[in-house]
Amino acid sequence: MGMTIGEKIIARAAGVESVKAGDIQTVTLDRLMSNDGTTHLTVDMYNNKLKNPRIADKDKIVFIMDHNVPAENPKTAEAHKKMRNFAKEHGIVLYEGQGVCHQIMLEDWVCPGEIIFGADSHTCSYGALGAFGTGVGCTDLLYAIVTGKSWVLVPETIRFNLHGKLREGVYPRDLILTIIGDIGANGANYKVMEFAGDGAHNLSINDRMVLCNLCVEAGAKSGIVEPDEKVVEYCAEHGREAKADQMFVSDDDATFAAVYEYDLSKIEPVVARPDFVDDVIPLSECPKVKIDQAFLGSCNNGRIDDLRVAANILKGKKVSDEVRFIVAPASNAVYLEALEEGIMDTLMEAGAQIMNANCSVCWGSCQGVIGENEVLISTGTRNFKGRAGHPSSKVYLGSAETVTKAAITGYING
Amino acid sequence: MGNTLIEKIIMKNTGAANVTPGEIVTVNVDRVMIHDIFIPFVADKFKEMGFTKIWDPEKVVLIYDHLVPTSAVEDIRHFKIGDQFVKDYGLTNVHRSDGVCHQLMPEQGYAKPGNIVFGTDSHTTTYGGVSCFSSGVGYTEMASILGTGEMWIRVPETIKVIVNGDLPANVTSKDVILRLIGDLRADGATYKCIEFHGDTFDKMSISSRLTMSNMSIEAGAKAAIFAADAKTAEYSKVALEDIDWIYGDDDASYCQVLEYNAADLVPVTACPSQVDKIKDVAEVAGTKVDQVFIGSCTNGRLEDLAVAAKILEGKKVAPFVKLIVTPASREVYLAASKAGYLSTLIKAGAILTQPGCGLCCGRACGILSDNEVVMATNNRNFLGRMGTSKVQIYLGSPATAAATAVAGVITVPEM
Amino acid sequence: MATFTGKVWVLGDDIDTDIIIPTEYLALPTVEDMKPYGFSPLRPELAGQIEEGDIIVAGKNFGCGSSREQAPEIIKALKVSCVIAKSYARIFFRNSINNGLLLIENDQIQDAVKEGDTLTVTLGETIEHDGTTYPIHSLPDNLMDIINAGGLVKAMQKRNGIIK
Repeated sequence: MGMTIGEKIIARAAGVESVKAGDIQTVTLDRLMSNDGTTHLTVDMYNNKLKNPRIADKDKIVFIMDHNVPAENPKTAEAHKKMRNFAKEHGIVLYEGQGVCHQIMLEDWVCPGEIIFGADSHTCSYGALGAFGTGVGCTDLLYAIVTGKSWVLVPETIRFNLHGKLREGVYPRDLILTIIGDIGANGANYKVMEFAGDGAHNLSINDRMVLCNLCVEAGAKSGIVEPDEKVVEYCAEHGREAKADQMFVSDDDATFAAVYEYDLSKIEPVVARPDFVDDVIPLSECPKVKIDQAFLGSCNNGRIDDLRVAANILKGKKVSDEVRFIVAPASNAVYLEALEEGIMDTLMEAGAQIMNANCSVCWGSCQGVIGENEVLISTGTRNFKGRAGHPSSKVYLGSAETVTKAAITGYING
Repeated sequence: MGNTLIEKIIMKNTGAANVTPGEIVTVNVDRVMIHDIFIPFVADKFKEMGFTKIWDPEKVVLIYDHLVPTSAVEDIRHFKIGDQFVKDYGLTNVHRSDGVCHQLMPEQGYAKPGNIVFGTDSHTTTYGGVSCFSSGVGYTEMASILGTGEMWIRVPETIKVIVNGDLPANVTSKDVILRLIGDLRADGATYKCIEFHGDTFDKMSISSRLTMSNMSIEAGAKAAIFAADAKTAEYSKVALEDIDWIYGDDDASYCQVLEYNAADLVPVTACPSQVDKIKDVAEVAGTKVDQVFIGSCTNGRLEDLAVAAKILEGKKVAPFVKLIVTPASREVYLAASKAGYLSTLIKAGAILTQPGCGLCCGRACGILSDNEVVMATNNRNFLGRMGTSKVQIYLGSPATAAATAVAGVITVPEM
Repeated sequence: MATFTGKVWVLGDDIDTDIIIPTEYLALPTVEDMKPYGFSPLRPELAGQIEEGDIIVAGKNFGCGSSREQAPEIIKALKVSCVIAKSYARIFFRNSINNGLLLIENDQIQDAVKEGDTLTVTLGETIEHDGTTYPIHSLPDNLMDIINAGGLVKAMQKRNGIIK
């Protein structure tokens, strides 16, 4: 009986020949990621709840401060101090203000075939490099820190066969939002969303990050694109080797819970309406909506490709006086590249506000918080009620192009 | 008997043949600045006073900087009230995310040499760097100016500060003004004007002069003004012959004179938690820091980022230390980007934030917690200014800050 | 001439505006919302302890720092009868007058009193403490005009014919 990519990764990590969906396996984790959203809680549990706390392998742990960086009040500063001191004490690598955790993990750490736990739901992004990344709570993470292992229920896999190429003006963001709209916010609960087919291989690594990142919004445990030569190249460019024996692809006779076929050339620009990620409609059918703020950034859409799209549209134009256009590059590496390409100059000249590389508006508590009855269009990950500020505010999700155009006109689809 | 510089500005403004310290006069205000923190209060008071129109909307500048980017839901209310005020009273000079007010006022040409300018912020003294008499007022007073275009003032005594010679390479105008505040003490210039004389100031850039005027409020000064020269004319885009009257007469009367030799000055720092607790950087060198901040209306200008980039070029910020850099304005950001400073700073590991007040106003962008230590280039180290009351804030020059970021401990810069 | 008596709270030199009201709380909607945080960096409990009619006594340069008018407004909202300090920072002084907060300048009282003592103030004339009398000055006429009008807002309302 054949295995899917997810099953093969779990089998490798469990040290067994084969697994099948529904099995419970104990796996040795390749990497653990924790950010400032919850690390202080994990540290408290480590210090106060365990009898003889120890760390299984400090070199497998990565701490990243990205949610409230730089700190906006003494409470978050105190949480950061706790995280920093723990990293110092235990020799754990710490990134502070260098970018969004998932972007840094993909730039610096993730390798194909690995299984990675992160204390953040969007850890599913790592499938862009053929890894099995999944979000866990801090208790699960603490167990993994202490033992180096965890139990996993082997998930079923839904296969998405992608064909062809996206048309100009249509982005991976539109594709994944379309898929989430089709299968629903719980359409892939506990399951792996696996992407393959010529359409998947046509996508760049950055594009694949967009796809995998948002899989959790359909409830998925992980999102994985079938790894190929582009993955090998990406890893090499970022100073690490993709091991040939960990470039897992699904067997022909693997079992899938469902198989979907998508013709990428048929995808069109879409928006997700407040307050659900799966309330997706074609942009062309969206009424003209007045906005107060536009946000370009996040682990979903804060990469160089997205900034390029915005700069091309904004060149020689101005952001509307009635819109706050907030841009947050996903990492300092992205920021540098954008500076060198002149993108940041274009955005600044147009009137955008450029934040340090962090979660920014998508996190909704540190920067660019929106007010009562305000409307935001965002490239962030979520549009839940109150996600970006006041409970009465509304968040629409769209592509970098949709967001940038709205920043200029002051309207979605206007 | 000659006149001091501020007396001359007041005389020109009021048409009086002479004014003397202690006299109460009413001046015609040339320009006012209101920022986002206080616009709701100004708007309320203005209406409460019964005014229906602004004396001259073109003379009013509204700047959002303290709350950009917002960090709390309530912050938005300030923008909404500000935007409504703009619509109701026909304001045209509005900056919603272009940088710190005190950078924008001289940079965008709102504060011109010889003007009398009031702003709802204590650091309004900054524009003395471009030979303005400028000072901070509260929002009630601002509301009355908006209605009348006038303001009563007491003609201040003037303290003359003379510095001659070349500053050592690692000493900046920030060190000079900190030294001066240390000598005058935090209330030493209260109600008074400071006037700067000597060839050290002649050689100083406008940016460096703005830094000095900016911080003079920390000695309590009502204003701190430089004589106008060719640099002033060029920066403010006015003809030198129109502003060459702006200087203090040789035979003017001063209440105090302080004189320094530039060559004797060294890098200094204001130690926690008083702006006048000045020590040589060398005395506190080796003190461990958790964070370094380069920015603010005091030291977030191009030359400040240039010196930071020079020191950080090819180096890394020390482990477990955060370096936060906040350019003072959109124009500063763009110039620093084109000069490559921003890339250098990011390569060194800096956290680069949107132009604005940032950490200095204590609302976002790097708040600290108990027992943490920060070396910062801004203007105040008051208790609780950047977080809890147990945060230790040292104030220093951009050079001192950058050198400290690299070493992780307070360090005397080498240039 | 008005005379009043109050219990004393003693503060030091250079009490700055960030101590009187930290920036963190400046965007709260009203002064009443900010009031509990008055003096919090220095003495977090103080705002809750001050009672109507109390007197704040301080050293030199009281109110130095920013132009935030919430500083005198909060002190006024705490219902102290006056502040007696060795000296005041310029903007704070103007803001207090404009809001009708009574400031008295005296360079001996702070050294003479201890917290909890009682003072009796006769406006424009004297302060009495423990049997000793200290002379105080009255303000210049133009400032008394604003105070007598009930603050700058009222003065402007008169000017604009809203009130008589």
